[in-house]
Amino acid sequence: MGIAAKRLHLHRILDEMKNAQLGLYSRAIAVALSLLFTTPSLFANNSKETDSSTTDGISKKEEIKAYIRHHLEDAYDFSLFSYTSEDGTHHYIGAPLPIILWDEGLQIFSSSKFHHGETVAKVDGKYYALYHNKIYRTDAEGTIVYDADHHPTNVKPLDFSITKGVMSMLIICLLMFFLFRSLAKSYAENGGLPAGVGRFFEPIVLYVRDDIARPNIGEKHYQKYMSFLLTVFFFIWFLNMFGLTPLGINVTGNIAVTSGLALLTFLITNLTGTKDYWLHIFDPLGSSMPWIAKIFLYIILIPIEVLGIFIKPFSLLIRLYANMQAGHIVLMSLIGLMFIFKSWIGSSLSFGLAFAISLIEVLVALLQAYIFTMLSALYFGFASEEHEH
Amino acid sequence: MEKLLEEFSLGLFVWQSLLFIGLLLLLRKFAWTPILDSINERESSIKDALSSAEKAKEEMQAVQADNKRILQEARAEKEALLAEAKKTASEMINQAKEGAQSEADKIMQQAQEAIQAEKEAALKDLKTQVADLSLDIAQKVLQDELADEKKQTALVAKLLKESKL
Repeated sequence: MGIAAKRLHLHRILDEMKNAQLGLYSRAIAVALSLLFTTPSLFANNSKETDSSTTDGISKKEEIKAYIRHHLEDAYDFSLFSYTSEDGTHHYIGAPLPIILWDEGLQIFSSSKFHHGETVAKVDGKYYALYHNKIYRTDAEGTIVYDADHHPTNVKPLDFSITKGVMSMLIICLLMFFLFRSLAKSYAENGGLPAGVGRFFEPIVLYVRDDIARPNIGEKHYQKYMSFLLTVFFFIWFLNMFGLTPLGINVTGNIAVTSGLALLTFLITNLTGTKDYWLHIFDPLGSSMPWIAKIFLYIILIPIEVLGIFIKPFSLLIRLYANMQAGHIVLMSLIGLMFIFKSWIGSSLSFGLAFAISLIEVLVALLQAYIFTMLSALYFGFASEEHEH
Repeated sequence: MEKLLEEFSLGLFVWQSLLFIGLLLLLRKFAWTPILDSINERESSIKDALSSAEKAKEEMQAVQADNKRILQEARAEKEALLAEAKKTASEMINQAKEGAQSEADKIMQQAQEAIQAEKEAALKDLKTQVADLSLDIAQKVLQDELADEKKQTALVAKLLKESKL
C-alpha cells in the first residue's frame, strides 16, 4: 500500500523533527557557541552541502508541512521522541494511550496496537485503522474505501479515546487541583496567609477577582461566577504554557477544546441571564418609542441581538483556537526553517527568531487566558445586569 | 470552515467538557471557596483592625480632650476660689477697718466730749476761783481805798468816767 509507505516516510521525518525540537536548546547553545568561533571557510563548506541537498528541498518543505500538521493534531499516543536505528527500524519513546470506541459496543484497547498508525488493530474480530489521524473500521488489510470526493466511506466508530490532548488536560487538571488545594490549605495552616507556591498564585487569584470579575460583573453578582472565571483562567493559561514545552502539546489550539470552554461560557451566560438581560435582547429600545415604530426596527434588531448571543461565545472559541494554533504554526515553521536552510547563518537566524517568538508566545499564553476570562466576565456582566432602560 | 469541522473531535470535546466541569466543581469545593473565603476574611480583619485603630485614636483624642477640659475646669475653679477668697479677705479687712475706724471715732468723740466736759468744768472752776479771787482782791482794795475820803471820791469819779453811761 502506498499509504503505509508514505506513513513510514513521514514518521522518519517526524522523528528527526521531534528530536530537533527536544534538542532545540542544546543545539541552540551549540550554534551560538560555534558562531562565535567559526571562520568564513566553515560557511563555505556548509553552503556546498546545501547545494547538494537542494534536490530534496521541495520534499523537505512538504515533510515539514506534514510534520506541523501532525503536531497541531491530537494524537493517540503520548510520544516524547523517536529515532531510527542503524538497521532502519523505528524506536518510539513514549507511552501508548487507551483507545475507547463505541462501535456496536464498547471497545477499549491500547493505542500500541496501531503501532503508530503502521498496522491495523484487531479487536474482538473487528479491524480498525488510523487514517488521517482518525480511526476507521476496516478489513484485515486496512483498506480504506473512498467516495467521489476522496473522503473515506468506512464506518467511523464513536471515538472517546484518551488521546494526548485528553491526557494533557488530565495532567493539568491534577496539577491545578493539587496546586490550588495546597494554596487553600496553606491559609488554614499559616494563619490566613498563603505559603509556598501559593504566594505566587494568590495575587493572580486576586487580580482575577478585583480586575476582571468585579469591574465587569459588578459587586453584587460577581461571586457566583468566580469559580468558573478562576478555573477557566488557570486552565487556559496552564494548557497554553504546557503547549510551549518541548512535549509538543497543542490542546488550547484545538477547536474541540475551545468550543467546550466557550460552550460553558454560553450556557452560564444564558442560564444566569436576568429579566433585564432578556429584555435587552428582545426589547432593546424599551419605552423610548411607541410600539408601532418599534415593530419595524425590531424586525432588524431582534435577529441581530439573538445572533449576538451566539456570536459572542463563538468569537471566544475562534480567538483562542486561532491564536494558539497560529503561534504553534509560526514556531514550528521557524524550527522547520532550520532544516531547510541547513546553514550556519540561516539556521541560526531562524533559531533566533524561533526563540524570540517563543518568548512572545509565553506572553500570548497569558494574554489569551486573560482575554478569554475577561470577555467571559463581560458577558456574565451583561447577563446579570439590572438597570433601567 | 470545512477544515474546522473536520478537525472537531467529538471525543475530545466530550472529555474536555467532562474534565473541565469536574475540575470546576472540585476546585470550587476544595480550592476557590476556601481561598476566596480566607482572602475575604483577611481583608475584613484588616479593615476591622484599621477601623478599630482609628476608633482607638479617636477615643484617645476624646480622652485627651476630656483631660484638657477637666484641667481647664479645675484651673477655672481654682481661680474662682482664689478670687472669692481674696474678695472675702478684702471684705473682712475692710470690715475690720471700718469697725476700727468707727470704734476709734467713737472713742475719739467720747474723749473729746470728756475733754470738753473737763475743760468746761475746769473753766467753770476757774471762773468761780477767778471771781472769788477778784472779789477778794476787790474787797481788799476797796477796804484799803475807802479808808481815805479823797481817794473814794477820785475812784468814784474815775469809775463814772469809765462806765460811760
